Amino acid sequence: MEPNQGYSLSSDIGGTFTDTVLMSPDYQILATAKTATTVDAPAVGALAGARRVLQDAGIDWHEVAKKIHGTTLATNALIERRGARVATITTAGFRDILEIAYERRYSQYAINIAKPDLIVPRELAFTVGGRIDAAGRELHPLDAAAIPELADRLNAAGVEAVAICLLHAYANPDHERLLRDQLKALMPDLVISVSHEVSPEAREFDRLCTTIANTYIQPLMAGYLSDFQLRFQKEGLSCPILLMTAGGGMTTVETASRLPIRLVESGPAGGAILAARIAEETSETEVLSFDMGGTTAKLCLIDNGRPQTARRFEISRAERFIKGSGMPVRIPVIEMIEIGAGGGSIARVDRLGRVQVGPESAGSEPGPAAFGKGGERATVTDADVALGVIDTGKFAEGRLQIDRNAAELALETDIRSDAARSAFAVSEIVDENMASAGRMHAVESGKDLGARLMIAFGGNGPLHATRVARRAQVQRILIPRDPGVGSAVGFLFAPVSFETIRSRYTTLDELNVDDTNRFLEDMAREATEVVRAGAPSTQLTQRRVAYMRYHGQGHEIEIELPPRELRSADIAKLKCDFEAEYSRQFSRTVPGMTIEILNWGVTVVAPAPDAIKTDDTSGRRKKVSAAKREIVCELTGQTREADVFDRGSLAPGDVVEGPALIIEPQTTTLVSADFSARVDQAGCIRMTQTGESRQ
Amino acid sequence: MIVTDTRLQVMWNRLLAVVEEQAQVLIRTAFSPIVRECGDISAGIFDFQGRMLAQAVTGTPGHINTMAAAVHHLRDCFPVQEMKPGDIYMTNDPWIASGHLNDFLLLMPVFFGGNVVGFTSCTSHLVDLGGLGMGPEGADIFDEGLLIPPCKLVSEGQLNDLLLNIVKANSREPIANEGDIYALIACCEAGSKRLITMMEEFGVESLDALATYIIETSRQGTIDAISELPNGTWHSALRVDGYDEPIELRASLAISNDHILLDFSGSDGCVSKGINVPLNYAAAYSVFALRCIIGPDIPNNAGSLEPFRVTGPKGCILNAQPPAPVAMRHTLGQMTPDLVYGCLTQALPDAVPAEGASCMYDLPLRHVAEVADRGDQQFALELVFNGGTGARPALDGLSATAFPSGVWGSQIEPTEATAPVLFHRRELRQDSGGAGKQRGGLGQRIEVSSATGQDFLVFLSVERIQNPAKGRHGGKDGAKGRIRIGENGPDLPGKGELRVKNGETLVFETPGGGGFGAPCDRTPEDIDFDIRNGLISKAAAKTVYGAKQ
Repeated sequence: MEPNQGYSLSSDIGGTFTDTVLMSPDYQILATAKTATTVDAPAVGALAGARRVLQDAGIDWHEVAKKIHGTTLATNALIERRGARVATITTAGFRDILEIAYERRYSQYAINIAKPDLIVPRELAFTVGGRIDAAGRELHPLDAAAIPELADRLNAAGVEAVAICLLHAYANPDHERLLRDQLKALMPDLVISVSHEVSPEAREFDRLCTTIANTYIQPLMAGYLSDFQLRFQKEGLSCPILLMTAGGGMTTVETASRLPIRLVESGPAGGAILAARIAEETSETEVLSFDMGGTTAKLCLIDNGRPQTARRFEISRAERFIKGSGMPVRIPVIEMIEIGAGGGSIARVDRLGRVQVGPESAGSEPGPAAFGKGGERATVTDADVALGVIDTGKFAEGRLQIDRNAAELALETDIRSDAARSAFAVSEIVDENMASAGRMHAVESGKDLGARLMIAFGGNGPLHATRVARRAQVQRILIPRDPGVGSAVGFLFAPVSFETIRSRYTTLDELNVDDTNRFLEDMAREATEVVRAGAPSTQLTQRRVAYMRYHGQGHEIEIELPPRELRSADIAKLKCDFEAEYSRQFSRTVPGMTIEILNWGVTVVAPAPDAIKTDDTSGRRKKVSAAKREIVCELTGQTREADVFDRGSLAPGDVVEGPALIIEPQTTTLVSADFSARVDQAGCIRMTQTGESRQ
Repeated sequence: MIVTDTRLQVMWNRLLAVVEEQAQVLIRTAFSPIVRECGDISAGIFDFQGRMLAQAVTGTPGHINTMAAAVHHLRDCFPVQEMKPGDIYMTNDPWIASGHLNDFLLLMPVFFGGNVVGFTSCTSHLVDLGGLGMGPEGADIFDEGLLIPPCKLVSEGQLNDLLLNIVKANSREPIANEGDIYALIACCEAGSKRLITMMEEFGVESLDALATYIIETSRQGTIDAISELPNGTWHSALRVDGYDEPIELRASLAISNDHILLDFSGSDGCVSKGINVPLNYAAAYSVFALRCIIGPDIPNNAGSLEPFRVTGPKGCILNAQPPAPVAMRHTLGQMTPDLVYGCLTQALPDAVPAEGASCMYDLPLRHVAEVADRGDQQFALELVFNGGTGARPALDGLSATAFPSGVWGSQIEPTEATAPVLFHRRELRQDSGGAGKQRGGLGQRIEVSSATGQDFLVFLSVERIQNPAKGRHGGKDGAKGRIRIGENGPDLPGKGELRVKNGETLVFETPGGGGFGAPCDRTPEDIDFDIRNGLISKAAAKTVYGAKQ
């Protein structure tokens, strides 16, 4: 493996805490810090963390050769509606793209729903004459004469930022460019996002929403990023700062300031990258990452070391976990299923007598009843305390005293049964919810969970891993080292990269190789320019894909193209590849059906640190512990004695038979009665289901 | 609370998850646009007796009771003791399956330990079954295409090739039909596999205890919800456009302590065009409407549906009998919620919304016959543009939003990319929402013409051209739908075939929803908001709402 040129520093600014990690040139973690997030000027908290890790490791600012930054600021600005006053400009006759949306209620039986708030009210929806057709031909020229009056109206309405989204701009951006340039000349301070740059895909509603979200947070993010850069430079940082994107790559401050929407949801991506790296190190081709924290659980499928990606997700949902209740954003993202199941998720009994858990959460304030900070409602953590799987004296390094009585009282009150049975029910339901979400996600992706290795992290991941795995028919689990700070570590393994996706319709039979090559080359040039800015001197690689489907179907399948110019001979191969992948997902092909391509993707990547493949040569030494705890076994509902270990005391090769608890500062790993755990060469805990079934 | 109860609840949750997984398998592999865009499918799990235990919440409510009743019917056609692992049964009989020939129902027995323990079932809309094609023009069911009575499609894993060939030979879209039938088979198999996995994991050998728990809990929960309603019988009538003359729909709703009886006596008889509705389909939309207000949180199953009973005299248009044509049964079927709400609002005046556009405003566009000779582009589009929903007791109606169906509206860009049409406008219709304390949702205006100079055809089957969505409790009616060629062309009826010539523009305006409560009670802030946002004109604010300025 190539060593890094110098030290790497990463900061992950979350809503409550900022995590900082310092890594040596040979990829060893030297120091970590958790500092409070300074909401008014987040750079201040990040600087404090950076100073601390540098000091702890005795490293100087000028020795830092790589600085990576991930932030929830973009996400939070959208959620908390702290962005600019935005107007839209769309093609004349199409003022209501936003109001009309998909004409759909997101919940079938709920007649009193409100539609999601899409930021721009109708009074700020303007139009301009001119028309491009689906092939990119100009049918009517842009009504440039109307632009001065449009500018006057924008001024009068106090508009700070504009989203321009003209019909078929992905096929021909001339009108959008002309409109932007003329508006800019008339209103130099106006912030403008154009749809063909932000999200050049067909489907006007999604593209408009994405453009709105981008322009809405752009002034705030540009200001923040330049402040962040300035403060770090003043402190002595000499290398450029790179930003983590939702797609799992890194990009420059300049690109992030122009396309801040790419930063949304970048935090959880770090966890998926960490899991992907472990998958590579352990030569696991099919992995399920399971990140369970205090409020939500996130699951991601990772195949051949690549986290599954998507081209669309939703922000600011009216109902947080209901698909279709939010604002669609169409950018490349690492695809994660997020459900309202965390330690703080609140449990209750509904009017049919069914136990329900989440998505409402007690968060960290007031938190679960067991925290004794004023929370009275029963939560998942309270159930875990009552089941005995959380060591009350060692929770959060002993900094937080756990009140078992309060947990049991809350369970008895809210679930209306004795504490052990209530806790058992809460655990069963929340674990089933997570497993169902995982299975559903796999089905939607045409994949299977059964053969996968689960990589579990987050504060509650190792504690619930066996319980969720069993229900998802997953038999093997890996708990990495330091499972509590996954994201910030993951950032350090992300490559500098940029992915661009554009729409261009063709059937496979009628594919024009020369036109397509010009089109792909243009995309590659755009992506290369962005990546070059963050990785000036390294060899870049390209990945090209086409999103294909049978004519008449809605579901597109990603097919990799050769990373070079297409030749006529490739078409037959693409057909074969499509049919092979279709048949893998759906067990058959549809002979005689036309194949069509709607969207194309090009990703340009600078090399990431190579994974160190670990050969696990440690033996097997059975360990027993003198320390014991009574826990409720989730297989039988009966009380059972579990061995208790300190994770630090276990060495590679040590084998622990369930039921057992392996405790470390930020979390506990539950080794269920039907699992056996072993510590591997790299210090990861590997759990395998041994087959003891329910009684 | 005991461990067993928790396990039963977890298994119930699992069944609910399995049917959603089944539905996903079907939607992902289906070829029919209505399936893809609207989720016009159903998937369910049934116990040994054929009682529905779980059903996917899919895009359209048209399958809600139809599937529960259909599986009973199909199961009774074949002796269970003769069923073998790998068998799958099928029918598209509208009076068994889902109201028209396009909906195919499949049923698969699930074997565990050598015995049938239950069934998985699914329904999907196939693109074309021959006959005159999807439209109201057939004079009887025989004009509408191929009807397959209950039959065994797959025998111990072996597909009946002859049956499949018959379905293909009788369709304009044989490849898509074949793909859709395979999708249905895959859906049944996926459900069966998951059900067996669950039984193994939980170590149960039959579904009996689980079935009893699900059905009894749901039935009791529904009865509890019904018992909170006032007892009595209420009547309502709804006049709809019909094909070429208006039709009167009538209903009575009798609420007792433990069940609700809806009856369609007094409704007009069947007509000679395919807008007649089999009772199973009318019941699906009616019960859906009731369940939106009465116990919406209780999942659909044999227990929660049992207290809702729907009857109607044979031969009335909401209980059409064979061989009546029924291809477009959704046109009137989707109007039944307004009919039912006309009764329910008398019992629950503060809970029921005003009437809405209700009928899905679909706009199927086709190439004209002669394009094949001229070498022009052939195309078939199934576009949907909805009107406004009725104002709700405490909220305005939703503009351009589907209700009761859950269809998705079309997007302009992908439509123009795949067919030679050009849209000039798609905007909300100012003042089309019925005025009221709560305003009805607005309709929209679509203008579309040929992009290439070739004529195209439009097949209309929409409602509320003559009869607007009525307001409630003093609320005003929504604007009627309006269809014409050219801004100054004559108004056209809502049903039938149109040819839009090169150079002409089809103007397609969808209806607004009715208002709720008197317009004079609307707050000045709300009126001001509507004016600022162009939802109502200043003139309407003055004349309809009585605004001061």
